[in-house]
Order: sequence, then C-alpha cells, then structure tokens
Amino acid sequence: MSSIRYEEEQTAPTGQPVIALVDCNNFYASCERAFNPKLMGKPVVILSNNDGCIIARSDEAKALGIAMGEPFFKVRHLLHRHGVRYFSSNYPLYADMSHRVAAVLQRFTPEVEVYSIDESFLDLSGVPGGDINAHARAMRRTVYQWTRIPVSIGIATSKTLAKLANKIAKKSLELEGVFDFRTVEEPEPFLSDIDAGDLWGVGQRTATWLRRQGIWNVWQLRNADRALIHRKMGIVGLRLLDELHGVSCLPLDSLPGSRKAVAFTRSFSTPIEKLSDLKQAVATFAARVGEKLRSQNSLAQYLTVYVKNDQWREETKKYSGAVTAQLPVATAITAELIHHALRSVEQLYRHGYHYKKAGVFASGLIPGGSYQQNLFDELERESLCALTNTMDDINTRMGAGTLYYAAQGVDPWWKMKQKFRTPSYTTKWDEIAVVKAV
Amino acid sequence: MTVSGVFSPSCFSTSRYPLLDPPVKAGTGFPSPAQDFAEKSLDLNDLLVYNPVATYCVRVQGDSMTGAGIHDRDILMVDCSLEARSGDVVVAVLDGEMLVKRLRVNGAHVTLLAENPHCRAVEVGEGQDFWIWGVVTHVIHSL
Repeated sequence: MSSIRYEEEQTAPTGQPVIALVDCNNFYASCERAFNPKLMGKPVVILSNNDGCIIARSDEAKALGIAMGEPFFKVRHLLHRHGVRYFSSNYPLYADMSHRVAAVLQRFTPEVEVYSIDESFLDLSGVPGGDINAHARAMRRTVYQWTRIPVSIGIATSKTLAKLANKIAKKSLELEGVFDFRTVEEPEPFLSDIDAGDLWGVGQRTATWLRRQGIWNVWQLRNADRALIHRKMGIVGLRLLDELHGVSCLPLDSLPGSRKAVAFTRSFSTPIEKLSDLKQAVATFAARVGEKLRSQNSLAQYLTVYVKNDQWREETKKYSGAVTAQLPVATAITAELIHHALRSVEQLYRHGYHYKKAGVFASGLIPGGSYQQNLFDELERESLCALTNTMDDINTRMGAGTLYYAAQGVDPWWKMKQKFRTPSYTTKWDEIAVVKAV
Repeated sequence: MTVSGVFSPSCFSTSRYPLLDPPVKAGTGFPSPAQDFAEKSLDLNDLLVYNPVATYCVRVQGDSMTGAGIHDRDILMVDCSLEARSGDVVVAVLDGEMLVKRLRVNGAHVTLLAENPHCRAVEVGEGQDFWIWGVVTHVIHSL
C-alpha cells in the first residue's frame, strides 16, 4: 500500500473538480487565416526559424500527407504541385493572438492555466447551474467570433483525461469541438483507441518499454499493475494512473511565471567563425533572456552560455561547450547579463570552428525584489534598473529591438532567415490588415 | 455564466516613460494644491477601445465609403465582439475578400452598400461565401 499524498483540491458539490483543456486547432495556420480569409479551407503550412522545416499544418495540408518536421527544401516541390501556401513563422502575431484567446477564456472563468501558446487548462467547477457543456460551447463560439481562432474543448475530472477528451473532440465533426468525458459510461472503446505513447507524460522510451510489457493503448495502461508502473515510472506513473481513473492529482497552476529557468537559444542560418560575431549573437541572446526574466519578475543567480559547432562539416570535430557563471548579485539587468555572457563566451571560443548554435540560460531564479544587497556590489543598481525598464517600455511600444546595446551588433548578418513572413497584423502600425473600399 | 472580467490585456498599452527620472530632493516648499485632484492624462484607449481583446485596427484601401467619412488610407477600429445590425458599417468577408461596407439586412436579404455615388451596392447571393468579420466603431483620419 503506497502512501501518496495529493494536494487539497477545490471541488464542486459532487466532490470532483471539472477540468477543461481548451486548445486551438492548427494554431499558427489559424492565426494566418484570421487576417487572410482566402486561406480558409486551403492547405497551409508554417515554417520553423530559418525556414528550415514545417512546424505547423492546416488539416488540408495534413490530408496531403505532409508530415510535421519535414525539411522545407525536401517538400517544396510537393507544396508547389498541390498549391499549398507556406509562410515563415510570425511569432509577434502568434503571441498576440495567444494572449487574446487566453483573455477570452478568462472572461468565462478566472481559473485559467495558460499551459502553452495554444493550450489552456480551465477549472469549470464553479459554473453555476452546472451546465458545463453549454458553457463550453459558448466559450468556443465567443473565442471564434472575437479572434477567428477555432478551438476544441475536452472536459473531464482530471487534466490527463481532459487532454484525452480534447483529442476525441477533434475526431468527429458531429461533436462540434466539445467532448465531455464525464458523460462516458464505458471508457474502454475510447481509451483503447489511443496509443499509450500518445499520452501526455509518456515519452518514447517509456512507450517502448510499455509495449514490451504488452501495454499498447491507454485502456491497457489504465488497468496495468500499479507496482509495475511504480517501478518504471515512479510516483509520476502512479499519478498518471489515478488521473486516468478520473482522480485529479495535478492542480491548476493559474499563477503565471513560476519557472525554474529561462533560456534563449538559436541556430545560425550561416555558421559563425569570428569571435566578434559570436559575441554579438550571445549579447543579443542575453538581452532577450533579460527581457523574459523581467516579464516574469524573476532574478537569475546563474548564467550559462552554450555553443555548439556545425556537426555536418567533415573537416571539423564535434565541439560543444558550456560555461556557467555564478552572478555576484541575483539580477535581471541586461547590461549585467551581457557582461557575464561575453566573459563566458570568451572562455568557450576556439579558433577554427564553425559555430552553428548558441544559447544563454538563466537559472537559480528567485522572485524579483527579493535579492539581498551585496556589500561589494559595484553597480548603480537602481538607476540601471530604471534604464532597463525604460528600454523595455520603448521596445514594447515601438517594436522589439528598437533600442539595444551596441554589443548586440547593428543589423547582424547571422539573423535568421524568414523569407516568407506575413505582416504582423496586430503589433505593427505599418503592417495592419488592409480592407477594400471598392 | 460567471463573467469575471478579471483580466483583459491592454493590447494597445500606452506608457509614459520618464527618461532617467532624477530623484526628487526634499525641501521644495509648499505641496501643490492640485495634488489631491490630479487625474491621469487623456488616454485614447479609453475613447476608442471598448473591448481590447476583440478589437483590431485595419487600413482602408479605396474610396467607396467616403460618404460615411471613411477615406483611402484611413485606419478603422473594428470590434469583433459586437453583433452587426442593419445600418452598421462593417468589415465583411465576401468570397475571401475583406471589404468595408454598410450592412443592410432585410429579412433573409443581405445587401452591402457603398457610400459613394460612383460605387454600386452588392447583393449577397444564396451560395456566396459571406460572413461578418467585425463592426467598425471608429475611423481615424489624418489630415
């Protein structure tokens, strides 16, 4: 008998919470369609950073057999042949639309956990009158009317089942995008239709191991021997089993930004050879890390810089390295982060290598306002904070990168390729959508 | 339905940025009589944006709506949370094109009117792909 403690749950009068997972259908493609209705019903794909590979597909593109992650150059002829529209990723647009969708959901219930750019968990336990399905349909209609982003909603008594219900909601048009798992009397046909490997929280290696134990689908997993699952997956596995039985073990985390680390990593469209260029890139990344830290009100105690060389060139050996600096004072000030990042990259740089990727990680995060004054702190911390805040304000209003430190480089040639980007319809005045008065 | 209205991001944030605010020294004399009555400055968001989450800005190309005070190159504030009614100026999608028109609804009949003697009205046919994108609430015209 294992002793597992679960956190206190807010529950509805029936004793179980009602959790919904709302996710946007084909989110990136839907964002593009929201401002270009001609794309509706057509196959659309979105390309990754550097226009490298396909990271999002509309249903019509999926139906043509275009796989997720396919390198762009490989499928280009196929895209042209079938009239598939393709676009570089437009993150300013996607971020803004993601905020709008989350804001609509928050009008319906304050208990919203924004899980990723296109998924949110909601606690609907407090819905008066108890008509959760009508509530869900109203949410779906409102999101679509206000943002033109279609969403699917899965409802259950645990997050894991809500995620499964969301999958099911997408399977049949008749369901109209909403599926309530609580209404299911016989879960077996639903759960045996889903691969155990597709389950949230089950990685590839675990899925392989499960198959060797004869567990192929979620129904079999749900009924698996608890001791066996505990041995392989630990307490996380037991929680998963309980969640599959409808017992909620994962509370909603509606407080944003309690993160452990913040990172910014990028691959370079053309490998970097010179130290001065690498320093520019790392300085830019450190500045972005600073912005992320400040936006979630965190301070970092450690800063790690990571570089990796181009592994595909035959004449060079593999090289990757990282240097972690312990910061004298926990900070989110860009100038300071850049300073330490540059010192780290100087230690990492080896002449003769072609660097393909670099990253800056901030870790050991503590909440802002809680740093201890260091007697040996040499910086004019308060005025630097004020300057940094001012820079953030201006960059937010006038576009990222309006103000930057000289160390970041002016118009760097290594910036990522984005040849097919659509306008930033909701964040740049000179890129707003055009309507015809004809 | 529990409408909480707890969190609505200001999609058009205005901020006032004091460039390197010098610290205020003590001993400046009498406090200002206006201190207790200071209000925040006029903010265009309050005037133009009723529901930031559902409000978008679009630019006009063409002059079929000059009679409604809408000219080429103007910016329109479009609110997608409003229910369009007959007589409203709307952004409508007709066969994939985003148009700005005055809406007339007569039972099942939908007509898209122009506001310019040189432009025709458009009757929306049975099988046509037509839907309302949003309702135009304000037009910003630069002189």
